[in-house]
Amino acid sequence: MSYHWNWHIFFEPSPSGTGTYLDMLLAGLLLTIETSLFAWIIALAFGAVVGVMRTLPSKTASLIGFVYVEFFRNMPLLVQLFIWFFVLPELLPHAWGLWLKQMPHAPFYTAAIGIGLFMSARVAVQTAAGINSLPRGQRLAATALGLTTAQTYRYVLLPMAFRIIMPPLTSEFLATIKNTSVAITIGLIELTGAARAMQEFSFQVFEAFTGATVLYLLVNIVVVVAMRFLERALAVPGYISGK
Amino acid sequence: MFASFDFDVIRRSLPYLFLDGMTFTLMLTGLAGLGGLVFGTLIALMRLSGLKLLGRIAGLYVDLMRSLPLVLVIFWFYFLVPYIGQWLTGASRPIHVGAFASSLITFILFEAAYFSEIMRAGIQSISKGQPAAAQALGLTYSQTMRYVVLPQAFRNMLPVLLTQTIVLFQDTSLVYVVSITDFLGAASNVAQRDGRLVEMYLFAAVIYFVISCFASFGVRRLQARIAYVH
Repeated sequence: MSYHWNWHIFFEPSPSGTGTYLDMLLAGLLLTIETSLFAWIIALAFGAVVGVMRTLPSKTASLIGFVYVEFFRNMPLLVQLFIWFFVLPELLPHAWGLWLKQMPHAPFYTAAIGIGLFMSARVAVQTAAGINSLPRGQRLAATALGLTTAQTYRYVLLPMAFRIIMPPLTSEFLATIKNTSVAITIGLIELTGAARAMQEFSFQVFEAFTGATVLYLLVNIVVVVAMRFLERALAVPGYISGK
Repeated sequence: MFASFDFDVIRRSLPYLFLDGMTFTLMLTGLAGLGGLVFGTLIALMRLSGLKLLGRIAGLYVDLMRSLPLVLVIFWFYFLVPYIGQWLTGASRPIHVGAFASSLITFILFEAAYFSEIMRAGIQSISKGQPAAAQALGLTYSQTMRYVVLPQAFRNMLPVLLTQTIVLFQDTSLVYVVSITDFLGAASNVAQRDGRLVEMYLFAAVIYFVISCFASFGVRRLQARIAYVH
């Protein structure tokens, strides 16, 4: 009994009734991109704040930053998504929980926020590393010039740190895209989910997963090329070797 | 809000959670970590061998694996392994592969890509003088690697390798997508059978958190203790 290949399956109508199997995969790809962009905004915003907190002179601030990072880093993403999706609505007051459960597109928002917070811990680590990689003299010079701590971060440390950590942030963004596939477990039909659905309807296992694989590779290439342009445009002259 | 929290459902399912679920998770983590390290080291050696074709193949493999989400890779191998087995054994139909073997193969092949990058950095951290000296002493390439370079590369990278293993430990929970009963799968089975999602998922989260925290604390202590060699 051997496997029956049928590459034309992509152009056959899918049972969803809104086009071919290829359209189904592309709809999944679109959802993957939307979810990862939404998650990435959250990851950057929270990650930057927590990363800065970890480098502040205040003991309390850096402790809060430390606890935040450890909290989100030491649980599997899948477990975190289950907690946001299944557990949180039960722990909230009844009316709020009901509202959460009945919210349209709940898997999308849960995935975006859950993955965003999970990734924010990793962005925070990178941000803190970027700030700590700057020579101590920069912070001292800013203080000597009379800048407040907030001004020091705003005008001296962060503009440098963010440009230094562009390459690791690219990897974290790619990780965010890949992590959206975990949301298949809470019913989000993103790219992997679409491939899985296509496999279940059409029984063409390997064509479906090949389609998803090719699309993921394309997304990766686009992101890597775009980020390389961005890195080059933002490189600090004379500071980062033009790589 | 915790008034209706049922601790008893956790207590009753402890043997199932740990003897069935956690044993599976830890065995998978341990064996996949070891297999991934061995296979990953081979890939790293291929990339650094200086042979263009070999290096290119290894590089493509690593790039491919690292571009794909683990969930997709788990699906791939879940369906592919029976056919590979059929092809290897010459059987007339796709062979049946157990849940553990299937996920072990998946994780070894997937983690090998990540371990190979760590080992590559480790091998490159050893100064060029060392392999040169080994060759001057008359050691062959494999002896140089076996006795001089790899032991030091491994030691330098031990904290990173262990951190990657903690990530692997957390990632094994993703076998959930093909309904395999690991620790999270066991918790989920009980949760759905007894309608106790809150208790079971929070308990699973706490257990993962405690194990990962202790492990990363241990890695940090190790990092401070071992000396880095060049």
